[in-house]
Amino acid sequence: MLEIRNLSARVEGNDILRNLSLTIKPGEVHAIMGPNGAGKSTLGNVLSGRPGYEVTGGEVQFNGKDLLAMEIEERAREGVFLAFQYPVEIPGVSNMEFLKASVDARRRHQGLPELSSFDFMKLARETSKRVDLDQAFLKRGVNEGFSGGEKKRNEIMQMMLLEPALCILDETDSGLDIDALQVVAAGVNAMRDGQRSFIVVTHYQRLLDYIVPDYVHVLAAGNIVRTGGKELALELEARGYSWLEAEGA
Amino acid sequence: MSEQVENLIRKDYSAGFHTTIESDTLRPGLDEDVIRFISAKKEEPEWMLEWRLKAYRAWLEMEEPTWAHVSYPLVNFQALSYYSAPKSMANKPKSLDEVDPELLATYAKLGIPLHEQEALAGVAVDAVFDSVSVVTTYRVKLEEAGVIFCPISEAVKRFPDLVKKYLGSVVPQKDNFYAALNSAVFSDGSFVYIPKGVRCPMELSTYFRINEMNTGQFERTLIVADEGSYVSYLEGCTAPMRDENQLHAAVVELVALDDAQIKYSTVQNWYPGDKEGKGGIYNFVTKRGICHRNARISWTQVETGSAITWKYPSCILKGDNSVGEFYSVALTNNLQQADTGTKMIHIGKNTRSTIVAKGISAGRSQSAYRGLVRINAGAQGARNYTQCDSLLIGDRCGAHTFPYIESKNASAVIEHEATTSKVSDDQLFLCQQRGLDAEKAVSMIVNGFCREVFKELPMEFAVEAGKLLEVSLEGSVG
Repeated sequence: MLEIRNLSARVEGNDILRNLSLTIKPGEVHAIMGPNGAGKSTLGNVLSGRPGYEVTGGEVQFNGKDLLAMEIEERAREGVFLAFQYPVEIPGVSNMEFLKASVDARRRHQGLPELSSFDFMKLARETSKRVDLDQAFLKRGVNEGFSGGEKKRNEIMQMMLLEPALCILDETDSGLDIDALQVVAAGVNAMRDGQRSFIVVTHYQRLLDYIVPDYVHVLAAGNIVRTGGKELALELEARGYSWLEAEGA
Repeated sequence: MSEQVENLIRKDYSAGFHTTIESDTLRPGLDEDVIRFISAKKEEPEWMLEWRLKAYRAWLEMEEPTWAHVSYPLVNFQALSYYSAPKSMANKPKSLDEVDPELLATYAKLGIPLHEQEALAGVAVDAVFDSVSVVTTYRVKLEEAGVIFCPISEAVKRFPDLVKKYLGSVVPQKDNFYAALNSAVFSDGSFVYIPKGVRCPMELSTYFRINEMNTGQFERTLIVADEGSYVSYLEGCTAPMRDENQLHAAVVELVALDDAQIKYSTVQNWYPGDKEGKGGIYNFVTKRGICHRNARISWTQVETGSAITWKYPSCILKGDNSVGEFYSVALTNNLQQADTGTKMIHIGKNTRSTIVAKGISAGRSQSAYRGLVRINAGAQGARNYTQCDSLLIGDRCGAHTFPYIESKNASAVIEHEATTSKVSDDQLFLCQQRGLDAEKAVSMIVNGFCREVFKELPMEFAVEAGKLLEVSLEGSVG
């Protein structure tokens, strides 16, 4: 479903991704690990089309379409979802209003009718329960005054409502206590249905105890230097990254 | 990103058309003869003419204020015409059927149908076209409740005692340069009187339209809410697109007697000028209300138009326990300049005031909040809360805040909060990543920013205001 071929990208004049290739099949969970500055977050940002990330080479096919040619919102409507590392606040815009507009946009794109306000509210309430977020959050401004954990759970709630085809989690575990981590992981696991694919970017092996990946990739200096199964994450936890970087060089 | 956002906020001014209609327009220039002409045209009593002349003589001694954070070439007051009226209005149509269909079509095009059966349910409208009131709807129904709602030119003749007593009682003729000018040459506007204990059965509104070229509009609004009464009033304004600047210098006076409440809302969409800042209305307005015991005045304004805005709807909290409120959204785009805010003058004991001002600047515009909170020595227990938020769109606009606080009473509590924020790349990206297009995203973010003010508008108009903002931010995605 996702085919990345020789992708190179640059941010503020610095080459971050270099010739990266990665293939993800439906239903797979791929973990991306690696030292700081390896380009982990850049990958998610490039795939979702964030301004400021300049693609300098390569191509990306998403369900047979040229992903890089699409506008940001088009990629989203096609089913690419990025769970942010630092979700921003949008004061005064209620979470409910924001979520409904997002879900409507996605449904319109899929040729489905918009949900009635009543049906949407029902769905949103049920979903907020699943991520252990009080219903009051639906009425508050998007991420406005939310704690770090609440913001992350809000991201997962959005993911559940939008039912994307490809979920990219950008260090969703950073700054989470163990309870919140479990809520987030349970949410992700509940969405694994054999069709939906995941890219899980993380620093720590801990998250992968809860979201068990099919593959673990180590990213160093903008490229994948090692790919393995879930046991690779444990090895990294024990040995660090330096031995791989040495091997790569 | 700034380029993209700028494309988003490119304006389309839908009210910019001109109505071709034969008008009686007075030769340009201002002198005592012009004032006599206006007064005669309005068939005014002698005292009214004297009142005008007194204002004119005061005005001659005054100077155009320059302290506002705006810059523009000085207005040539001798190049303006001070009176213009559609010819068809000369025979004073008795009913809507006699009103020139061109005029009715103009208002219909602006979304203000004047036929009562088509009008917004529950809203009475006074439609002012250049210097005259065209029609006032629902007058019969209002009169049944004892409410007077009519052109001020008519009130001068029909209710001279009320007008004499209150005209200039809140904004004296010599108050300031533009108020003095207005007092001398005001042509029309609305007069409202709500009798004791009456809750006005419908929203009242005045719709101001400038049509004729090189014409200034100087309307005068006077609202008197007698003891224990309530009224909600809305004004709307538009003008054709022209390359020349046009002057609009209005005066609004509100009198809320003991236990009365006046809610005054404005949706101002005067022509703002083009992208290069050519043309547009100079909006130099004096609005002030006085609150007697336990009275309350709320000003709510949504300002998206005008090349230059200079206005400070204010409250004099004279009576004990009276309340003043000011809720404002001011959006400037392209080369618009706005210097707007409020004055809250606390005189009575336990008086309270709330100020919520939201400024949105886009393009190369400049927006300033200027506010005064004054607590007099006798205002024991006075309270004020001020919140000023500025939102910048793009990186070539400016937002400024000039708060003045003067307290002569140690028991007063005054709070002031101010924030400045930007529609950030990150906010825009979050919205787009969730499938919203950039245009929808910006309007959602801006509407969210204005929420606290919009909720103060009467329901029918809150929707309008949201839409107006959306139009003001409309454009193609670059």
